[in-house]
Amino acid sequence: MSMERREFLKSAAAASAAAAVGMTVPATVEAASNQAQAGWRWDKAACRFCGTGCGIMMATKDDRIVAVKGDPLAPVNRGLNCIKGYFNAKIMYGADRLTQPLLRMNEQGQFDKKGKFKPITWQRAFDEMEKQIKSALKEKGPTGVAMFSSGQQTVMEGNAALKLMKAGFRTNNIDPNARLCMASAVTGFMNVFGADEPSGCYDDIELAETIVAFGSNMAEMHPILWSRVSDRKLSNPDKVQVIVLSTYKHRTMDLADVEIVFKPNTDLAIFNYIAREIVYNHPEAIDWDFVNKYIVFATGPVDIGYGLREDIHHPKYKKSELDTAAKQKSKVLTADEGVSLGYLGYKAGDTLEMKNSGDANKHWKITFEEFKKGLAPYTLDYTAKVSKGDPDESIEEFKAKLQKMADLYIEKNRKALTFWTMGFNQHTRGTWVNEQAYMIHFLLGKQAKPGSGAFSLTGQPSACGTAREVGTFAHRLPADMVVMNPEHRKRAEEIWKLPAGTINPKMGSHFTQIHRDLEDGKVKFAWVSVCNPYQDTGNAEHWIKAAREMDNFIVTSDGYPGISAKVSDLILPSAMMYEKWGAYGNAERRTQHWRQQVTPIGDAMSDTWQFVELSKRFTIKEVWGAQKIPGLDTGLPDVLGTAKAMGYKETDTLFDVLFANPTAKSYKWPDAVGKGFQNSEVEGDKRNVIGSDGKPFKGYGFFIQKYLWEEYRKFGDGHGHDYADFDTYHKVRGLKWPVVDGKETAWRYNAKYDPYAKKANSGPFSFYGHAFKEIPSGNLKGITDQTKVHLDGKAKIFFRPYMEPTEVPDSNYDIWLCTGRVLEHWHSGTMTMRVPELYRAVPEALCYMHPKDAEKRGVKQGDMVWVESRRGKVKAHVETRGRNRPPRGLVFVPWFDEKVYINKVCLDHTCPISKQIDHKKCAVKIYKA
Amino acid sequence: MKNSPSNDRRRFLLSAARGIGLSAMGALVWSAYVGEVKAAPLILRPPGALREDEFIKNCIKCGLCVEACPYDTLKLAKPGDNLPIGTPYFTPRNVPCYMCDLVPCVPACPSGALSQSSLATYIENHAKLDIKKARMGLAVIDEESCIATWGIQCDACYRACPLMGEAITIEFSKNERTGKHAFLKPVVHADVCTGCGMCEHACVTKKAAIYVLPRALAMGEVGNHYIKGWEPKDEKRLDEPKPEVTHHELTKTKISEKSALDSLNDESGL
Repeated sequence: MSMERREFLKSAAAASAAAAVGMTVPATVEAASNQAQAGWRWDKAACRFCGTGCGIMMATKDDRIVAVKGDPLAPVNRGLNCIKGYFNAKIMYGADRLTQPLLRMNEQGQFDKKGKFKPITWQRAFDEMEKQIKSALKEKGPTGVAMFSSGQQTVMEGNAALKLMKAGFRTNNIDPNARLCMASAVTGFMNVFGADEPSGCYDDIELAETIVAFGSNMAEMHPILWSRVSDRKLSNPDKVQVIVLSTYKHRTMDLADVEIVFKPNTDLAIFNYIAREIVYNHPEAIDWDFVNKYIVFATGPVDIGYGLREDIHHPKYKKSELDTAAKQKSKVLTADEGVSLGYLGYKAGDTLEMKNSGDANKHWKITFEEFKKGLAPYTLDYTAKVSKGDPDESIEEFKAKLQKMADLYIEKNRKALTFWTMGFNQHTRGTWVNEQAYMIHFLLGKQAKPGSGAFSLTGQPSACGTAREVGTFAHRLPADMVVMNPEHRKRAEEIWKLPAGTINPKMGSHFTQIHRDLEDGKVKFAWVSVCNPYQDTGNAEHWIKAAREMDNFIVTSDGYPGISAKVSDLILPSAMMYEKWGAYGNAERRTQHWRQQVTPIGDAMSDTWQFVELSKRFTIKEVWGAQKIPGLDTGLPDVLGTAKAMGYKETDTLFDVLFANPTAKSYKWPDAVGKGFQNSEVEGDKRNVIGSDGKPFKGYGFFIQKYLWEEYRKFGDGHGHDYADFDTYHKVRGLKWPVVDGKETAWRYNAKYDPYAKKANSGPFSFYGHAFKEIPSGNLKGITDQTKVHLDGKAKIFFRPYMEPTEVPDSNYDIWLCTGRVLEHWHSGTMTMRVPELYRAVPEALCYMHPKDAEKRGVKQGDMVWVESRRGKVKAHVETRGRNRPPRGLVFVPWFDEKVYINKVCLDHTCPISKQIDHKKCAVKIYKA
Repeated sequence: MKNSPSNDRRRFLLSAARGIGLSAMGALVWSAYVGEVKAAPLILRPPGALREDEFIKNCIKCGLCVEACPYDTLKLAKPGDNLPIGTPYFTPRNVPCYMCDLVPCVPACPSGALSQSSLATYIENHAKLDIKKARMGLAVIDEESCIATWGIQCDACYRACPLMGEAITIEFSKNERTGKHAFLKPVVHADVCTGCGMCEHACVTKKAAIYVLPRALAMGEVGNHYIKGWEPKDEKRLDEPKPEVTHHELTKTKISEKSALDSLNDESGL
């Protein structure tokens, strides 16, 4: 509060000073300041970093970004930023920016997998890629090529990548790093709502009374949202209660009224305890009007494995990995699981055979009575015993906290908001725990209402906008559509003007599977775009070895030389965010566009340009003939005949068809929206970069980014995913979709706010999403009636039991490892580790551990230790104090530091439904290095 | 951390500085830096250092503390550093004190200039050095340049603090301008801050907005005549004997220079 007073005093002092000296002095001061800013151009953009989606203003001078400020008009952040955002102006100017294509070559100048990187021309780069892709296609068919895409690609880039891969090469092997970040949230949304992305928005924060951060260190990972939660707490400290749950103490607990440290994976038990409290002890709290009208209860199988390789004796496994690998097929149930899976007739010591690992997401309708029966074991005693994460805390104290948490959810008329991030999503039962969050909110009627809702926080700036909405996943198409659905493929083929049957109906390989496919020699060509898959994927030693030692060709497009670039065969220098036109979509469905602010550094060009230039190297004859697809007996049809009937020629290139068609060319440049701004893809730029044909690149001549946007938004129009037109986004500070009749939507599924829900005419709500809305019915044990029940307009409450993680500490690997992030660094650190101030603030990743655990191992603060798992080991310095305070039995190591390559240690187990890796738990040992 | 290749170089520099300190130096060099031998008010000393004037008297400039430091934090002042030559010091913005559990620099001191007793803590009658008792300096914040006071979500200093939540805490206050965000402002607590400088090192502003000053320079001091009635611990201040006004001393101002009788009888002012 002292702040306001200080500000007041300062302005008062300034005013009186001005009065005393008269107007002449301020006028000269003003003139001086105008001169300092002469030639500065301010324009709006979005922050490069997390999913919060703060608006910023960028100042450019002499074609360089010279300053940044938070955008005071941006509703998310009102002019504020966190320290990463504070350094947006510096991220593109690291001394080792990649400025020219680099290829591994021998002395004779030929590509050589064992050669050193040497600079080449763009033309040579595309020649090599063309050769490698054609050879991969010839040998393996469309599934021989793959792309690691990103939740940090712009919407247009994602769209270009998707078209190139799915429409051009007819492969569904494109999957984003968002798979490692948001996939469990997506499957949660799909199963529960039938449509992706949150019902609520950030304005919930200012209205909520119980705020829960469960598996989310918001204070470090979403700092601006955290400052809004902090403000909310300050506005009514007694009424607003903050509950923070994690497997270790972190900064978000600073503000907590209730802080709960739980054992890894037991979030599943804690939610069931709360549901049990509601259903058994507070049935009056159930919003029956809501539940009866809008909810069906459902459950699914538990014998679904852990997303590891199905071949548990895979020849590439090291001997030390085999015991964990075997869990994919079967596991012996523990005492705790004996109780939680008792409803299926299991008891402790039984072997659970993983019979449904191939069909993990099947689910069926059950009755409320069955649902209630499933919750029976989750008494306070059982739950506390299973979930208490700090051995030094008393069970009674822990129970009191669980009870208080339940009370703060249940209290009538108390608005409740639940946030989570990687704690739920990176989880071998990530889909389940996402579903459970909605379970609580639905039972209480506290979802899709202002101030109330379970809200999945996104990690990346466009995990929503690009990866999810554009659909750069192995199974997706834009606007929640999927390649497996013939209607969806048809719609995509119409919008993209493709012959019917072009799109491959067989789901591609997910992110981790692409790594496995490379290791198995199934994928021969992989392209890394705006991500760092060789640093961000667990069990990394396998993937590095596959990249460096197998017969394949890896291309990395990047701004800086990270680990992925280092293990590649070809490196392409990419234009970074403010060197190109683009759009991002944040966690609250807000789409934000920006203009190209400066010319890219060196010969760097945008990833869109790279995709489009490559498309010139392929005629439709080469890719649209009949194709073999492993696992798809019919293969892909020859669509060239249809193509010709549509007016295409066999000699047309993918460029002509996908990117430079008559519609694309109808988007003219110059365009009023670009007045005063450049567009390197459209008109080339002052550098005259020698392009893919060996001639100076002079641009496509039409407004390709606008074309990609306008074509893309046709997918969602009238389907609940409506966006505004391109130009509108350059006038506003983002809009939350669906944007209907020029108006954004704050709360979806609520007829008061969402025109789609209103149109459904089914009372106050409509859960109008279409996915998984026809399911069989049964009881807790399984399906009893295959007749499909139609669930139009309804959402689901799932019963999901508690199960242990894949790997649990034992006498050899005796401590849990959890990984995560720090505020100062963005993901793998390729940008932020190059900002001197951020580097100095946090120069290396530390191994946070409890002082007693350190003492037990004969190590102390500052000592170097090995962190070793069945898969690999890294060295890190011990930190027994500071920002993260694990309980005894758990260590925390951040993953941003390529020198502390912790993903060599992590396990590549995933949620079997979402295929998202669980980087939050595996067993390690720690010893002095 | 110290590693072997750089060790040789360090030893060399160390002995060079030591040589100067122990002063087998010619008068020419010595006189050029004669100003540097005096106690330096702005210098930060190793943990356990005596008061600056006492420290200068006791430090034999042997460099053993510098050699014991595993992080290369401590340096010996060289000619031109404009500091008392040969004495140990550190510059947190370059390398802060990492607050080693075992405090190796202090037992290395042969002269008592680094006092073990000042850091001693007794656990079951065993004396142990407790780095938390070190008072190398005090972190102070220039609020004008601290971006957390602008509303930027920074608090890099807070997270870097080895005694996070004790030596630096976060003060939450409402940001009335935005109407929906909070300021998270770092606050240093002098009774806990050791002056290690991890905060100064981590600070992301161009020149650190939080920096360590010697405590004598950074701190004011209140008299013992007023005790905070709302804070029971504050009475403890009375237990610390200090060479200042005692209860038996009389206070004197311009108006009370004369005795009461003399003033009463002096009618000159009327």
